[in-house]
Amino acid sequence: MSEVISEISVIEEPQETLSMNPRKFILWLFIVSIIMLFAAMTSAYLVRRAEGNWLEYDIPSIFTYSSVVLVLSSITMHWAYIAAKKDKFGTLKTAITITFVLGVIFLYMQFQGWIDLVNQNVFFVGNPAGSFMYIFTGLHGFHLISGLVVLLVALIACFRLRIHAKSLNQIEIAVAYWHFLDILWLYLFFFLVYFH
Amino acid sequence: MSTVTTNSATVAHAVEQDHHEPQSFWRTYIFSEDHKTIAKQYLISGIFWSIIGIGMSVVFRLQLGFPGMKLEFLRPILGSWINETGKLDPNFYLALVTMHGTIMVFFVLTAGLSGTFSNFLIPLQIGARDMASGFLNMLSYWFFFLASVIMFSSIFIETGPAAGGWVIYPPLSALPQAHKGSELGMTLWLISMALFIVSQLLGGINYITTVINLRTRGMSFSKLPLTIWAFLLTAILGLISFPVLLSAALLLIFDRSFGTSFYLSEIYIKGEALPNVGGSPILFQHLFWFLGHPEVYIVLLPALGMTSEIIATNSRKPIFGYRAMIASMMGIAFLAFIVWAHHMFVTGMNPFLGSIFMFLTLIIAVPSAVKAFNYITTLWRGNIRFTPAMLFSIGLVSFFISGGLTGIILGNSALDIQLHDTYFVVAHFHLVMGAASAFGLLAGVYHWFPKMFGKLMDEKLGYIHFWLTFIGIYLVFFPMHYIGIAGFPRRYYAFTSYDFTKNIFADMNSFISLAAIFTFTAQWIFIYNFVNSLIRGKKSPQNPWKSNTLEWTAPINPGHGNWPGEIPAVYRWPYDYSKPGAKDDFIPQNVPYSQTPESNLPHENELIGLEKEIEAQNLNDQFSQPH
Ligand code: HEM
Ligand SMILES: [Cu+2]
Repeated sequence: MSEVISEISVIEEPQETLSMNPRKFILWLFIVSIIMLFAAMTSAYLVRRAEGNWLEYDIPSIFTYSSVVLVLSSITMHWAYIAAKKDKFGTLKTAITITFVLGVIFLYMQFQGWIDLVNQNVFFVGNPAGSFMYIFTGLHGFHLISGLVVLLVALIACFRLRIHAKSLNQIEIAVAYWHFLDILWLYLFFFLVYFH
Repeated sequence: MSTVTTNSATVAHAVEQDHHEPQSFWRTYIFSEDHKTIAKQYLISGIFWSIIGIGMSVVFRLQLGFPGMKLEFLRPILGSWINETGKLDPNFYLALVTMHGTIMVFFVLTAGLSGTFSNFLIPLQIGARDMASGFLNMLSYWFFFLASVIMFSSIFIETGPAAGGWVIYPPLSALPQAHKGSELGMTLWLISMALFIVSQLLGGINYITTVINLRTRGMSFSKLPLTIWAFLLTAILGLISFPVLLSAALLLIFDRSFGTSFYLSEIYIKGEALPNVGGSPILFQHLFWFLGHPEVYIVLLPALGMTSEIIATNSRKPIFGYRAMIASMMGIAFLAFIVWAHHMFVTGMNPFLGSIFMFLTLIIAVPSAVKAFNYITTLWRGNIRFTPAMLFSIGLVSFFISGGLTGIILGNSALDIQLHDTYFVVAHFHLVMGAASAFGLLAGVYHWFPKMFGKLMDEKLGYIHFWLTFIGIYLVFFPMHYIGIAGFPRRYYAFTSYDFTKNIFADMNSFISLAAIFTFTAQWIFIYNFVNSLIRGKKSPQNPWKSNTLEWTAPINPGHGNWPGEIPAVYRWPYDYSKPGAKDDFIPQNVPYSQTPESNLPHENELIGLEKEIEAQNLNDQFSQPH
């Protein structure tokens, strides 16, 4: 009975053509809210900096290297996406795993950057110039951890064969979020370098 | 077409019986993902919070109207906040003012208003089975619930709740040693508000996604009811501004608890210098008001949207200037982001910058006036039915105008230097935001109660409630303008000890307090009516107000999925009231032009050809069938 019914409904009800998959749309709106969070932070930085009494210090060079690592991870993430489109499951899993590992390495380098800051006598507590540095890297790191969780979920989905050429939504969401986190960091990094 | 409809309806029923698993009590009423249930949860929470919030205002009005009054009788509720001499503790006075503001602005008029009606009306009016993500929607309510629990518990701790004003300006709020209201209460305030912001973001993201992606066939943006337009713009405002408040709160949390100096610089407490240098308290004000000003429109826009709908329906006329209404809401939403510094004219801002913000601020009067005129021209020569919802909507228009006028006065930076932080400001925003939005909320409850609960509310009690509240609110807030012009500052415990306020306006302050008690008392009529109608109310017909929007085509008590069969398609805008030549004085949105040849205008006859196309569009239905 139920089979017959599903057949009927397949015939009678045309395919969904939502203007966009709601889940992806939700992701984009979520990204908007994160952008606003950081837009507020960076404008606060500019407003505060314009008032003077600003501590000058060197940005730890490790942040440059960590940026490279994060960009690499974006490339491997894209590789995963291409693999998914071609149903190459082995490559897909490898690529996501590499991305995940690069993400962890990035976080570790960020942490190392904090240690370098402390060695420079720039502390979280003190002149806001230093505090902002910790806030930017810390908040971004926090979001990156959420990105790692998304990757993990996607990886599990791969093992359950839920991601393939005909079901790309999940990997597309993971890819978009990961690229966003990458671009967000590059924005913060160049911002910090430029307004220093 | 008709065969298709019947078929899929039967299919739907068969499927329903196929896997009919009754959901448990918990999933149906508590952790529900159904937008209608979540809306009711928001409504009940909002009513609860408004009783607390307004009740608090009565207590501090007692102190203001009758300074030093013996409040012994409140000791059972307030405990040691009534001191040995029987007076209200000054610290607690500040806490009351702060909590009143926070509760009314965020918990009642943001969560209670948007949460209830965006949730309830968006899917029903755009023709969707539910929100885009029921799970996120449920999460949104429970984040709000958690925020509520924390805020509520902060009222009962020994040092009292936060007391630095609802705007929580540092350094007062950043230094726990500054005053009692900056201790644990302030920490709880920040935690609660952080959760609240998460809840609003989850809710808002869902509203936007649903409106954009899940409209039924034919429901183009130019056919959306104004309610939906208002909810959409409100959600966009929230999405953009709440993260900024989160940033502000985050930095404040670090200042309070970790010793950073974002907002703190060169402060002496009891002669001793604090270590914090280099911060700027003005920075907080910028961040706060970047949310704060859009927030006042987050509160007001849903009320404006709902009352547009109610006024058109009950004037039996198309809304005047549908497109102008949308454009002015968009204009207001846009301007809301570039006027925040009108709250900061006296922070030592560069006067040139001040005049720019003054200019931008005064521009808001244009779209606001467009809206006011459109309301009035919709009413003009309408076939008006004075239902309670209609009365409250007209009341909103009145408050919007009288409160908006004082906005233009305050928007002038030169005048604002005198009026800032006086009772004039209090009068302004209570009329334009507080009273207007509260009337929108009440109008919404009276109007959509039949859809929510399948029963009718008592009209007589509604009329009494309206007149007492309407008169009461003007009696409370109109005199405040004079007190403000006389220079009385807000958030003062008593005016008896300053020369400039000592012997004047005492009687007016008593009068205001009496009027406030009167208005508060009148609200119990509403509570009684609400509860009583819930239990004993007359059963509602399917379309009690003869309205055009889609929610009235759903069953009287819509089940999960809202429409038992296929979701109706939409062929016309929602304001075909009293159309010349038509049989009835209303034509619902789902009636095709081919069925109304007698009333079609020439260009509408041409649209008949498009009906096939609309019907051929896919169902755009998340579940394909109700479940
Ligand atoms: C014609 C439009 C309006 C103008 C020009 C205007 C202007 C202003 C100005 C200049 C202030 C700052 C006064 C001061 O603190 O010294 C103010 C305060 C306020 N306005 Fe308006 N306003 C308008 C409409 C509205 C609307 C529609 C709402 C709400 C729905 C609103 C809500 C508020 C609130 C809540 C405050 C006080 C916030 C506080 O200090 O606690 N205003 N308004
Ligand atoms: Cu404002």
